[in-house]
Formats: sequence, C-alpha cells, structure tokens
Amino acid sequence: MAELEGIYTIWLRETKRYIRYRSRIITSVVSPMLWLIIFGTGLGAAIRFGDIEGGYQIFIYPGIIGQTILFTSIFSGVSVIIDRQYGFLKEILVAPLSRPSIVLGKSLGISTHALIQGVILLILSFVVGVSMTPMIFLASVFIIVLISSGLAGVGLTIASFTDSMEGFNLIMSFIVLPMFLLSGALFPITGLPTWLQAAVYVNPLTYGVDALRYIILGEAVLPLGINILVLIIFAIITISVSAILFSKKEQSLM
Amino acid sequence: MEYIIESWDISKKFGDFTAVNSVNLKVPRNSVYGVLGPNGAGKTTLISMLCTILKPTSGRAEVNGYDIVKNAKEVRASIGIVFQSRALDDILTGREHLEMHAALYGVPMDLRNERIEEVLDLIALGDKADEFIKTYSGGMKRRLEIGRGLIHRPKVLFLDEPTLGLDPQTRENIWQYIRKLNQTEDITVLLTTHYMDEADKLCDEVAIINQGQIIRADSPQNLKRELKADTLTLTLDGGETFVEEIKKKEYVKEAYSLDGEIKLMVERGENLIPDVVNFATSQGYVINSIELEHPNLEDVFIKYTGCKISEEGK
Repeated sequence: MAELEGIYTIWLRETKRYIRYRSRIITSVVSPMLWLIIFGTGLGAAIRFGDIEGGYQIFIYPGIIGQTILFTSIFSGVSVIIDRQYGFLKEILVAPLSRPSIVLGKSLGISTHALIQGVILLILSFVVGVSMTPMIFLASVFIIVLISSGLAGVGLTIASFTDSMEGFNLIMSFIVLPMFLLSGALFPITGLPTWLQAAVYVNPLTYGVDALRYIILGEAVLPLGINILVLIIFAIITISVSAILFSKKEQSLM
Repeated sequence: MEYIIESWDISKKFGDFTAVNSVNLKVPRNSVYGVLGPNGAGKTTLISMLCTILKPTSGRAEVNGYDIVKNAKEVRASIGIVFQSRALDDILTGREHLEMHAALYGVPMDLRNERIEEVLDLIALGDKADEFIKTYSGGMKRRLEIGRGLIHRPKVLFLDEPTLGLDPQTRENIWQYIRKLNQTEDITVLLTTHYMDEADKLCDEVAIINQGQIIRADSPQNLKRELKADTLTLTLDGGETFVEEIKKKEYVKEAYSLDGEIKLMVERGENLIPDVVNFATSQGYVINSIELEHPNLEDVFIKYTGCKISEEGK
C-alpha cells in the first residue's frame, strides 16, 4: 500500500512537471506536425507511393506518432539526470520506498507524457485525412502506452549511466535517431537489403510502428499479436533492467 | 537506549583515500549534536553513511536502534535529512513538496494536512506556501527543506551544513528554528558545520573531526574549558606593581600588562573574578573594569590539529 502510494506520488510529480512546462508540450506537437505536413506532403508529391489511399503522408502518420513517443519517452527518462543535478533525486532516493517502485513511478509518469502527446496527434488525425473511430483511438492508446513503457525503461537505463546532460547529443545520435530511422516510420520494411532488414527487426520500435499502422491504417507486415508480444517483452526487460540498475547503483546516483 | 546514534569503528574508503577512519560516534537522545570540521574532513561522508546513502567500507552503526545496512529502510523511516546541496524542484510549490514528502514517507492520509499546516507554521513560510519554489529566497528554501524533513516526525534530523551560504540574519533564524524544534519535539538533531559559532551556540555536544577521525567529542563548554585559557582583562591604576603581586596567586598561570591593560591567564575565570577584585581592594588598588574572555572553539580546534578550521583539512 505504501509502495503503491509512493508510485502514485512519483507519477504525480512527473505529470505536474510535464503539464507545467507548456512549451514542451507545444514543441512536441509542432515538430511531428511539421514532419507530417512538410515532409509528408513534399516527399509524397515526389513519389508514387503504395496502394494506401492518401499516399505517403498517411503512410507515415503512425510512424510519426511512434517518433513522438520515442523522443518524449527517451528524453523524459534521461531527464532523471537533471533531477540528479538539482539534487532532487536524492530526496526521492532516501525515502523509505523500494527502488523498483521509484522506477515504476517514473516510467508511468513518462508513459503519461507520451500518452498526452499521442492523444493530441490522434485528435489531429483529420489534418492528414485519416479517419478516427473510438475503437481505433482506444487501441492506439493501448499501443502507445506499451511502446512508451519500454522506451521509458531505455531512458532510465541511460540515465543511470550518465551523470550530465553533455552526453545527451551522444544519446540522440547513437540511440534515438537510429531507432527512429530503423523503425519503418518513414519507409516500408519489406523488400529492404538484408543488412537493413536485420537492423530494422532488431529495433523494438519497429513492432510499435507496425502495430499502430495496423490499427490506424489496417496495414501491417507482422501479425498484431506478435507486435504486442514483442512490445510487452521489451517493456518488461527495459523496466526490469533499469530497476535493477537503480538498486545496484543507488549510491552513485545520489 | 541512551544514544540514538551510535557507531562502532565506522570507516569509508574511496579507492586509496580514507574519507572516514574508524569513527565511534555517540549521539545522546534529544540533543543537538554537531560534527565540526574543515571542508574535506569527512563530515558529509560520515552522515551520508548514517543516512544510508553510502555503505560503510567497514564497521557498523545504528540509528534509532536500527542497523544502517541491514535495516536501511527502517532507518530511513526514522530520519529526516536536509542535504548540503538544494534538493527542491523549481516547478513545484512549497506545499506540494511537503505533500509529496508526506506521501513518500507514509504519513497517514488523515494526518497529512494537519502536519503540513503545523510545519508551515513552524517554518513561517506563510502565504508563500502555494507559490513555486523558483520565487523563494535562499533562506526560505532552506527553511522549507528543514520543514520537509520534519513532516514524518523523524526521531533524528540530519542537517548537512544547514546555514551554508546564508546571510547572518537568516542563519540566526535557522538556529532559532532548530533550537525551538529541539525543545518542543522529541527529536535529536545531528548537524555538520564548519562554522565555529554555529557549533558553539547551537550544539549541546560537538565532535571535532579532522582527516576522517574524531579528535575530541564533548560539550562546547567542556572543550573550551579544557584549554584552561580564560583571559581576565583588568584596567586599574598602578598596573605594573599589581602584575607582580597577582602573579603570586597560584591560579594565575600567566600575567602581563599590555597597552595599559592587565591580562591574566586563568582557568574558570568566572569563578575567580570576586577573588581578584577582593585581592586588588585589599592591596589598595582600584579596579576600573574587568572583562572575562573564554577561548572559542577555533582555539580548541587549533590546539588539537595545529591548523585553523578555515584552512583545508590537511
């Protein structure tokens, strides 16, 4: 019970922080819209794309939702580093609360951020002309929570190894961008050269984007069940790893 | 249980460097206890171990009867901590910090608001309670942190350099809060400081720490008394001859005249004033003024370490 309340308290703080920094919400909605409207329209006009009605712009819509979740989740996870620099992490770590509960509270908070952004993008689906039904909406929300849980674990794991935001560019170049580009957000993952195909299938975000694409556009490479299974396993692994790291490294985190 | 904090040969090494070396600390229940030492003496490392933030390399310690390694969670529930560095979130309000802390430490739901009001009252944050931390002054932030450490009614409050970087008036206020707290609550305060006056005015007992070791631990009065070096400064007519006469008294360890004043080095000077006055009168001298000066903790520190506390621990 005390642990549950601890988890809730940490979630509440994360959420308050997120909502109060309004500029972050705005930028995180504007940049995916730029991708959709400019990049989607631009490239869509230049190429003949597949058999989806509406073409390229509609094809990348689920991918751009995936991208937004990716950026938000990793960034929020890594923001633990900022907490650490401000000394606030200490206040949480010395509380009589287990490390897994702290990690769980954090990752729920992060999923909430991702969810808020995902919902905004789902509501904006009319901009690119995707039809949205309550069923599609709810199923998408479920997938978004799954993806962001796993990615939150990645962010928290990175944070437990890094002690300053200076490493943030490294994280962007070596983790976030490759994950985005290799997720099939911008191109179909069938018919790729073998090396690229392998890299795409190693990337957990691929399964998230594929699942969203199935739910929203009714098109997918893999069965939905497999995608969901991979996402669940991914989330369990990364959150467990970060929980273990927080327990093991608690001394160096304070 | 006489001591609320007790350690047995507790040590902490970082690689080859020994930050805390076989410390035996005994903190009496309900006291204000000071760990005094220069920067780098190992104060923060010592209390970090007692707060379960760091694990000792060897030795052990108990806080409120719980082992700091084996019962870390129970220790955490019995203590409140105010860190040397700020541990506040700019984007939350003061009240939110207190609410959050109450929840994290499992303060029962029905008691929370009452406790929060109590603490807000104590730290006199008043109408600033519902504003964001970024609008707070340094002293208000520190008071909030102290107040936060009290929400769950800890048995021990750890304060790491509680007045570091604060202006004199704010320091004075914080001391008052700590005193008041210690008198009204069932709480022991363990603080680290490198300010002599802080240790002297605030603490019932002081452990002087240098190079990771406790050199002496006692009440500030006793520590100073041990120096046996009170100074009595007298002004009177006919000084030179009086110096020769008073030197014959066995309690006078040294006497000399300096710039028209007579300085007597004595032990427990406060008890000797009547005798000195009587003696002067009986010898026909008229004392114009008499002043007693106790040694300060700085003198104590110099005696035991051979260096000033303001210098880095060597």
